[in-house]
Amino acid sequence: MSEQERQLVDWLADMEEDDALALAKRMLLEEGANPARVLDLCRAAMDIVGKRFEAGEYFLPELVIAGEMLDTIGRVAKPLMRSGPGEGPKKLGKVLIGSVHGDLHDIGKNIVSFMLDINGFEVKDIGVDAPAQRFVDAIEAFKPDVVGLSGFLTLAFDSMKETIAAFEQAGLRGRFKTMIGGGQIDETVRAYTGADAFGINAVEAVALCRNWLGVSA
Amino acid sequence: MSAMIGPYEQSDAAKAAYDARWERILACVRLEQPDRMPTAMQTFFWPATRAGISYKELMYDYEKNKDVCFDIVREFEPDGVYTLVLGTAIGRLLEKLDFKQLQWPGHGLRDDQPYQYLDREYMSADEYDEFLFDPTGFYLQKYLPRVAGVFAGFDKLPVFPGLHYFRLCFAVRAFAQPEVRASFERIVAAGEEANVAMGHHLDWTNRIAAAGFPLINSAASIAPYDFIADYFRGATGTMKDLYRHKDKLKQVLDKAAIFIARMTIANARAANHPIVFIPVHWAPDRFMSPKQFEAFWWPSFRAMMMLLIEADLIPMPLWESDCTKRLPVIRDVPPGKCIYWFERTDMVAAFEALGDRVALRGNVSPSLLATGQPAEVDAAVKHLVDNVWRKGGKLILDGAFGIPDETPTANVRAMYDAARKYAG
Repeated sequence: MSEQERQLVDWLADMEEDDALALAKRMLLEEGANPARVLDLCRAAMDIVGKRFEAGEYFLPELVIAGEMLDTIGRVAKPLMRSGPGEGPKKLGKVLIGSVHGDLHDIGKNIVSFMLDINGFEVKDIGVDAPAQRFVDAIEAFKPDVVGLSGFLTLAFDSMKETIAAFEQAGLRGRFKTMIGGGQIDETVRAYTGADAFGINAVEAVALCRNWLGVSA
Repeated sequence: MSAMIGPYEQSDAAKAAYDARWERILACVRLEQPDRMPTAMQTFFWPATRAGISYKELMYDYEKNKDVCFDIVREFEPDGVYTLVLGTAIGRLLEKLDFKQLQWPGHGLRDDQPYQYLDREYMSADEYDEFLFDPTGFYLQKYLPRVAGVFAGFDKLPVFPGLHYFRLCFAVRAFAQPEVRASFERIVAAGEEANVAMGHHLDWTNRIAAAGFPLINSAASIAPYDFIADYFRGATGTMKDLYRHKDKLKQVLDKAAIFIARMTIANARAANHPIVFIPVHWAPDRFMSPKQFEAFWWPSFRAMMMLLIEADLIPMPLWESDCTKRLPVIRDVPPGKCIYWFERTDMVAAFEALGDRVALRGNVSPSLLATGQPAEVDAAVKHLVDNVWRKGGKLILDGAFGIPDETPTANVRAMYDAARKYAG
């Protein structure tokens, strides 16, 4: 890694947004840097961000800023890629995620999606207030390794239970692991819904997926 | 002898019960020992669940709302009651306002869904300066039209600062514009509906008072950071501002602490009730770093709470989620002046950290209440009694977030019965 590349990774990881974006744009638009290489540097920086989040050094604001920086650089880099996007490393596994029937909240779900994404998982987000059938249809099409059910309200307890029951009825239950998460979720709710596991934050969601897919941290 | 509370007769026994209940709450606030552990009742749509009516009926039918909310108070006999009617009988008012920040049953949601807030950016980052320079002008011309359709014509209002003499005289032309006239007509209609809703709240408050039950709070308020994060910049917008616009964010928070306190003091005095409910959304351990919390969240909130305390009010923040790591910081309030209601923070840890500073409220878990068994609820209350109340904690027992909408009645019964069984 060159001095300049190291500087980009550091600025991204240290939340030096203005400097990081200016450098990335200069590398891409003025110096002809390989866009795939710049995106690799972004991934390296996001790896550091994820680790700092796991260590309790970073919190949600840092994840939001990191996501913004990644999006901005991605928007500049991707049109410059000759063979188009998709040159990234092989994904570790597929995760389908959505907020369950009745619940419109999505902040937590979006943070989990972002953390899974930067940790190398292919994430499909089916949005909020998703009926069980939307999950079932998406599972059949996407064939995920893990399904994440999100919900902030207490009504989500029953919606999660119904959604997981719908997986059983559709004969899909054994094909993937199911995790639940959200403001009120705990072991009591996990047992009630029949989910395989619950997580209290995005770090736990990533750890669950890594564990199920046999990926070391 | 009996007294009349509005149209309702209050017997001597009911008056004695009312006074005893209110004194239990106040004794806890003063950090003195009440005669028994008080209980509180907060809920939103559970009265509908209990009565077998739809959430939509609870929001739109004032009389049904008052009846079912009265029935649960009489059935479970809490010492302090939330403003149950005001919290839910708002469907007609929201419609008249064309309120845009919520979706509710009959308005974007099914009849069996609780109302839900729409987290959006209602103020952009580049509008901080405008807000800081003239908050009222920003409200009139930008914010109000964005959050409620009745204010749609307000963007045509004149800019008031600067008006003087003949400039002022002719500026009133703006009020004759069709859009502005239409707005005022709709606002008057919404105001009339708000009066009707408030009238039902007051009628129900009189009814429960006559039966011996005080409100635990009347006014509600908000932390300055949450005010900006929830209602102006959006959750993620404000998180970005912690990096991109930190100085302006701090200026807005300092300013908001003062005007929110003024609003809250006026509302609490109008309601003649000292306890102010303050749901706290963005303080939890996991949301921001300790450094960010101490720099951005806490100073303006503490300043606001101190203004309330100086006005002889009793702040009652509901610290949502887990705030265990915040305990040493939020301890910095004068003793005997606040009720801290904790949701997922371990109540024993809260008692150990804050027991000599504040009364405590909570915190039987929502998941247990909604999906557990009565014996488990009983055990959870016993745990709080044994480890907080019996050790000297001035605990007001309630659900961690009140009673969840879906809770089986047997679990509610178990919670209130266990309070009496284990703590007088």
